[in-house]
Amino acid sequence: MADTMNNDAFVEFERVQKSYDGENLVVKDLNLSLPKGEFLTMLGPSGSGKTTCLMMLAGFETATYGDIRLDGVSINNIPPHKRGIGMVFQNYALFPHMTVAENLSFPLEVRKMGKSKREEKIIRALDMVQMGDFAGRRPAQLSGGQQQRIALARALVFEPELVLMDEPLGALDKQLRETLQFEITKLAHDLGITTVYVTHDQTEALTMSDRVAVFDDGRIQQLAPPDKLYEEPENSFVAQFIGENNTLEGVVKEIKGDVALVQLDSGEVIQAKPINVTQAGERTRVSIRPERVEYNEERMQDGAFTLKAEVLEFIYMGDIFRTRLRVAGRDDFVIKTRNAPDQARLIPGSQIKIGWLPEDCRALDA
Amino acid sequence: MSEAPTAQTASSHAAEARIADAAHTGPMLAADGTPLKKSLNRALRVQKMRALALVAPLLIFVLVTFIAPIADMLFRSVENDIVSETLPRTTTMLAEWDAKSTDIPPEPVFEALYKDMFFAAEAKLHTRLGSRLNYELTGTSSLFRKSGRKVEDMGEVYQDQFEVQNDFWKTGENWNSFMASDAWLAAMADWKPADGRQPAFELRDGIASTLPATSAAYVQYADFIQNVDEKNLYKTDPWAVIYSSLHEDLTGENDLAAYSGPASAELSAAATAAATFETVNFTEAFAGIDKDWTTLEVWQTIKVYSPKFTSGYFLNAVDMQKSVDGAEMRPENQQIYGILFWRTMVMSMAITLSCILLGYPVAWILANLPTRQANLLMILVLLPFWTSLLVRTSAWKVMLQQQGVINDTLVWLGIVGTDDRLALINNQTGTIIAMTHILLPFMILPMYSVMQTIQPTYLRAAKSLGATNWTAFWRVYFPQSIPGIGAGSILVFILAIGYYITPAIVGGTSGTFISNRIAYHISQSLNWGLGAALGAILLAAVLLLYYAYDKIVGIDNVKLG
Ligand SMILES: Nc1ncnc2c1ncn2[C@@H]1O[C@H](COP(=O)(O)OP(=O)(O)O)[C@@H](O)[C@H]1O
Ligand SMILES: [Mg+2]
Repeated sequence: MADTMNNDAFVEFERVQKSYDGENLVVKDLNLSLPKGEFLTMLGPSGSGKTTCLMMLAGFETATYGDIRLDGVSINNIPPHKRGIGMVFQNYALFPHMTVAENLSFPLEVRKMGKSKREEKIIRALDMVQMGDFAGRRPAQLSGGQQQRIALARALVFEPELVLMDEPLGALDKQLRETLQFEITKLAHDLGITTVYVTHDQTEALTMSDRVAVFDDGRIQQLAPPDKLYEEPENSFVAQFIGENNTLEGVVKEIKGDVALVQLDSGEVIQAKPINVTQAGERTRVSIRPERVEYNEERMQDGAFTLKAEVLEFIYMGDIFRTRLRVAGRDDFVIKTRNAPDQARLIPGSQIKIGWLPEDCRALDA
Repeated sequence: MSEAPTAQTASSHAAEARIADAAHTGPMLAADGTPLKKSLNRALRVQKMRALALVAPLLIFVLVTFIAPIADMLFRSVENDIVSETLPRTTTMLAEWDAKSTDIPPEPVFEALYKDMFFAAEAKLHTRLGSRLNYELTGTSSLFRKSGRKVEDMGEVYQDQFEVQNDFWKTGENWNSFMASDAWLAAMADWKPADGRQPAFELRDGIASTLPATSAAYVQYADFIQNVDEKNLYKTDPWAVIYSSLHEDLTGENDLAAYSGPASAELSAAATAAATFETVNFTEAFAGIDKDWTTLEVWQTIKVYSPKFTSGYFLNAVDMQKSVDGAEMRPENQQIYGILFWRTMVMSMAITLSCILLGYPVAWILANLPTRQANLLMILVLLPFWTSLLVRTSAWKVMLQQQGVINDTLVWLGIVGTDDRLALINNQTGTIIAMTHILLPFMILPMYSVMQTIQPTYLRAAKSLGATNWTAFWRVYFPQSIPGIGAGSILVFILAIGYYITPAIVGGTSGTFISNRIAYHISQSLNWGLGAALGAILLAAVLLLYYAYDKIVGIDNVKLG
């Protein structure tokens, strides 16, 4: 990773490893660096080591090997309370025996701040999360969304430069989650804080982040801005994990410049863009996004590669149609089309022709 | 209401209209037109009744086996009918005697005492009363025992004279012939022992107004013979007390002439003779048994304790006593309960405090250890429960005595000299050490179960907000563990306040509790009334502390898990 050595990096992980039991590495060789003000999301399936990374950064776990630097200073030996990092937990962790105002006052009190200054900051922080009227309530008297707002205010009230959030919206319902996603991103950008956000929800990751680090098996599989992650996955895990994806398996026959010929297991030969295949004879998985597949011949772009398909199932989903096809011997090929007035609804059992542009079709690792 | 018959449709439409209206005007109506609140209450009432019926057996069981004995015990702390029941005549007569006077009661009181004592001695109840009054005035017990033995001879003078005057007075059959009703006499004539119970004695009509004292004595005598002695009343010869009563009646102002029933001739002859009989001075007779009968103290005590209910036990329990002038403090050297109550409270608090200090870290470790190790440690915590209380307490005796393990170790380490070994047992130290050990699990368990519910993220959150380990603990963890401390403290304190085995074994004289005294009164001195009063005060103290705790800390702040 070239950007590890970036000089204006604010948070840096360098070759960090972590093992809890001395037998298995939960985090394997983590290299990550983010500049000041960036909103970075760690996205990955459960158990992939995201929380562990966050806890090492916060100081609650120590790295088994490697170096973690904050603003250029190694923080391996700095205890958590001296790191000055704001944290938001999934279960909010609001102190139940304190009122909202006392919760917010806590980080200021331990910093020995005067009373009037404290009150001013508390009011400002509460207004920031639109909870100004709730200062006297106990956490138990608040709804989940309100509690998370307070937790956010508490993590921000002492003006940390770095804020860590571990699945903060995991326990909330969809609508509330979307509202808060928006508010959190806005706050983070307005205040110019550096944020490391952990989630297993890809939509959340894509909508909120400047960059997303996709975790799996203790490694970062890809670190990229959301659009690039979706459009140009670098390996088949990322392609599978982010968004919906059609996979066709086969063997590379030939690579010519940026076109690879892939012989599918069912015999057809298709064109694809070689991403991490280098030579003929390699096994590969070819990945095509469902919305990049066209079946309406009139709209088929020039140079599109076409293939025969049989319609198995048609699902009406309101804004889109989702059609399952049998393609190249596989029954799980899905295409998505916009619900437009001129869009034909496919009839199960009919034989059609589908097509895509070779550059939308990526030949990844097997 | 889908199954509503068509005939009701019209009215149900009307009801619907009203339901719609109700939103704006009157109370909400249910579908059938009754106010919603009323039909809800009706529905809930059925549910409540059903629930109550389900728990009723257990509730009754608890009431009978748990509440009732406590209520009975508490009742004993004020109950005092033994005096007026054993000495009914005396206490009635004493009502007119001024206890503050310097004279002992007049002769009629002594005569009443003679009759009461006679019956009490026959029923062997006088010793019980003696023991009861002995709690209030030492020496009364032996006074009553002695008097009960001798009282039988006291009235024999009259019996002898009546029997000399006429043989008629000698036999029970003759007495019954005029004392008893005809119906009873007839029933008794037919009665054989094989028939079981004798027909209950019935007084003849009119005899009670002619011979009031004799009738009263005879009824009491008949009841005793028939029901306690279970002898044939028909064939039993009367007791001396009947003759002295007869003498009293015949020499008194009763209108014998108006009586015309059986034995009226014998009675008028006896009346004439009785006027010249040698009489007994009961005051002197009692004084002859024991000089104490002529002291004011004895009579004052009997008078003060005549009422059916008394505050005497409670006064006693707070080092006071009842006297003719009302309540007053006991002399200094007799005051023990105040000190004992105070000591019990202070030491229970000391025990609770040391349980908190020792239990908190243990509970914390338990709550933060991985499950496997926590379970192992838990067994160690619970281990004391598996050994007998006596064994554990006795083990402390071995540990704490002057030549015991702890003193030996301290001497060996050179911390104390051989000659000034620490006195760790048979004093308050011993009680506090042993009871802390015994009650510790009751502190640890509630603490542990509360601490288990405190998520580690709270501490992490506190530290991430800039708190040091200590601040995070003190400001975030500790306040959340208070409900556990509260529950444990209440449990330990209430158990400690009522403990008595351990203080009795290791407490010596300076380390015993009020409960040791209660146990003593219940099982040794048999002064149950005082024991009950002490217990009631203890109960009140606990409830008061509980109330104070609720006011200060809040009882909903107590959690057992
Ligand atoms: N305190 C711990 N002790 C031992 N193993 C742990 C501990 N915390 C996490 N793990 C293990 O480390 C792996 C990664 O966990 P985590 O970082 O929580 O993943 P994520 O947050 O991505 O779901 C998991 O396999 C988990 O079982
Ligand atoms: Mg996690």
